[in-house]
Amino acid sequence: MLSGVLALIMLAAFFGLVLGFSAIFFKVESSPVVNKIDNLLPQTQCGQCTFPGCRPYAEAIAAKKAPINLCPPGGEKTIQALADLLDVEALPLDESEDTDPIPLVAVIIEEICIGCTLCIQACPVDAILGAAKQMHTVIESECTGCKLCVLPCPVDCIEMVPIKQTLSNWHWQEPQYSVNNKTEETIFTSIQHVLSENAHL
Amino acid sequence: MSLHNTLYKLWPFPGGIKTAGKKELSNQQAINSSKLSRYLSIPLSQHIGSAAEPVVNVGDSVLKGQVLAIAKKDVISAMIHASSSGIVIAIEERLLAHPSGLSSLCIIIETDGYDQWIEHSPEKNIQSLTTKQIISRIGNAGIVGMGGALFPTAPKLTTAVQQTVETLIINAAECEPYITCDDILMQKRPEEIILGILLMKKAVGAKNCLIGIENDKPEACQALINAIQGYDIPHSDAKIEIIQIPARYPAGGEKQLIQVLTGQEVPSGKLPMDLGIICHNVTTAAAVYQAIYCNEPLISRIVTITGGAIKRPQNIEVLIGTPIHNILEQAGLDKEKVEKIILGGPMMGFAVPSVDSPVTKATNCILVSAKGELDSASPAMPCIRCARCTESCPMSLLPQQLYWFAKAHDIEKSQQYHLFDCIECGCCSYVCPSNIPLVQYFRSAKTEILIDRQEHKQSNIARERHEFRLQRLERIKQTKAEASRLRKEKLARKKARDKENDNKTDKNNDLIKEAIARSQAKKTLQQAQKSTPPKATDK
Repeated sequence: MLSGVLALIMLAAFFGLVLGFSAIFFKVESSPVVNKIDNLLPQTQCGQCTFPGCRPYAEAIAAKKAPINLCPPGGEKTIQALADLLDVEALPLDESEDTDPIPLVAVIIEEICIGCTLCIQACPVDAILGAAKQMHTVIESECTGCKLCVLPCPVDCIEMVPIKQTLSNWHWQEPQYSVNNKTEETIFTSIQHVLSENAHL
Repeated sequence: MSLHNTLYKLWPFPGGIKTAGKKELSNQQAINSSKLSRYLSIPLSQHIGSAAEPVVNVGDSVLKGQVLAIAKKDVISAMIHASSSGIVIAIEERLLAHPSGLSSLCIIIETDGYDQWIEHSPEKNIQSLTTKQIISRIGNAGIVGMGGALFPTAPKLTTAVQQTVETLIINAAECEPYITCDDILMQKRPEEIILGILLMKKAVGAKNCLIGIENDKPEACQALINAIQGYDIPHSDAKIEIIQIPARYPAGGEKQLIQVLTGQEVPSGKLPMDLGIICHNVTTAAAVYQAIYCNEPLISRIVTITGGAIKRPQNIEVLIGTPIHNILEQAGLDKEKVEKIILGGPMMGFAVPSVDSPVTKATNCILVSAKGELDSASPAMPCIRCARCTESCPMSLLPQQLYWFAKAHDIEKSQQYHLFDCIECGCCSYVCPSNIPLVQYFRSAKTEILIDRQEHKQSNIARERHEFRLQRLERIKQTKAEASRLRKEKLARKKARDKENDNKTDKNNDLIKEAIARSQAKKTLQQAQKSTPPKATDK
């Protein structure tokens, strides 16, 4: 009896030690949740979430200091992805800011630009080229459309224009049949109607 | 040389449908040439990959066959040539014959009517051409895969040379209803095809060559057989087999044809080249012949113009860049009957956004349907889960599942169910008793996923740039702090030195003051002495 108890205690102590050590020495570094959240954000760095960039917002979400619905550029898609990742309920987009679902790109009207470099300082992704008293221009492919350069411009020479649709970014539209939806609806309602009639019988 | 017509073992592919061929409308006439259009608008992007870069300017006069735009270096791209002689009047965006209805850069030529060729002479010494020379000439001729994929042929052959390719398969199936441009080409110019095939076979070093042709084209098949037997082929080791396959749509799909001929299935995400197989279309083979034997680039193609609303259905050899309405006029359009103008066949084609858009290297058929000729898009009904789409899918996919995922925009699940293996053949939509436009959903989902990937890539770049910017700002801040610290130290040192100096100057000042005081004291003393003696004398 005693030997049995002793043996069990020793076994427990042994496995406890093994597990304890392996928990410390073979620890698997999992990707921190901040990185995962950051990966889902659109990286426009626009600050519309009131945080200075996407990463700070990701950190705030991870620390549960901010809701997941503050990102207008990401829209519903990002909210859904965040909700799936964090296993929380998807909230509707907080639309206190004026939201614009069309992707935009900044364009400097070069005749008006006075070369003040204020927009260069505002650009979060260094997508504006230029030097003091020299005309500036936007590297279109790098612009995230965050609109942060628009406000600082003293001569209002920056315009946000929708990204031009070309063959490379064009996509097939999902079939849209207003008739189709109606038919589906009518059929479903009629089926329900029949079912309810049958139920009465 | 051996010919197997009936003895060759064939394998079936899953699914597929039996369609009414409707090929007899247009496969009996001779190949006509298109009338020279006054304006040709030649798109710079008629192939998969990057658009070609123009090398002519507005106002230049060009000759037929002259290079208008060269292939972009180091990426997949193809050359573009002038289809006729004339003057370049514009390089601008023009509406394309593309389902998007978008415009793209085109070179517009006002033809002069002489149709004068650039100087070129037929190649005499075909035998001495090396693999490299053949491929570079194919590249210079701007040849692309003309079966519909539009992949530039030269890079495809180069990759095939790098990998070992055993079998060259020539796709002569032409399974889509109505289209007969390959059929008529085989009937009328079989020698060109065979010689082109031999060149490609030599270029990739394939041991054997199979021509897969659907059994609803007996004339074309016979013409090819005659060409092989009757023509003095300069390659003695040539082994070309013509194999008739059962007409079943989509037997002309690359993967389906490979399966029918060899029994091998191209694995998901792999290329036929991974199995040692390379597939080319008959029209591509003919273009290769033109490029190497005649030294003529790809500037025209045979287009089937057919359908119930066309008075004289036929095949026309059309110069690239000719507006579609020109061909419609030539074949006679019955304006009262017209329902839809479709580019391509009824299964995979799309409605032309504008008849002013030009014919490109891709245009194989213009189908003008009469009212009631094709199944009109009757309203879609709910899916009844009959699984007919699954039975008909030649890629063994589950269209019904994919439909739900595509509708729900479930990117992950769609990919898990191999959405990207869909060849968009349209069998599922064709058999659907509820008229659900399944292929439309799949096309839309595919492009949606591709754009999503692109956006993710872009956002990663943006993140990197933002992080780099933050680092840079931090670095600037540190350098500034460092500089200001150094400045402060320097200032402090200077102050200390100044203080020392000040002390020194103080001492000096004291000395000066003392000296001044002394001299003043002396002066007063002297004055006092001066003033006192007279007094003294007075006294």
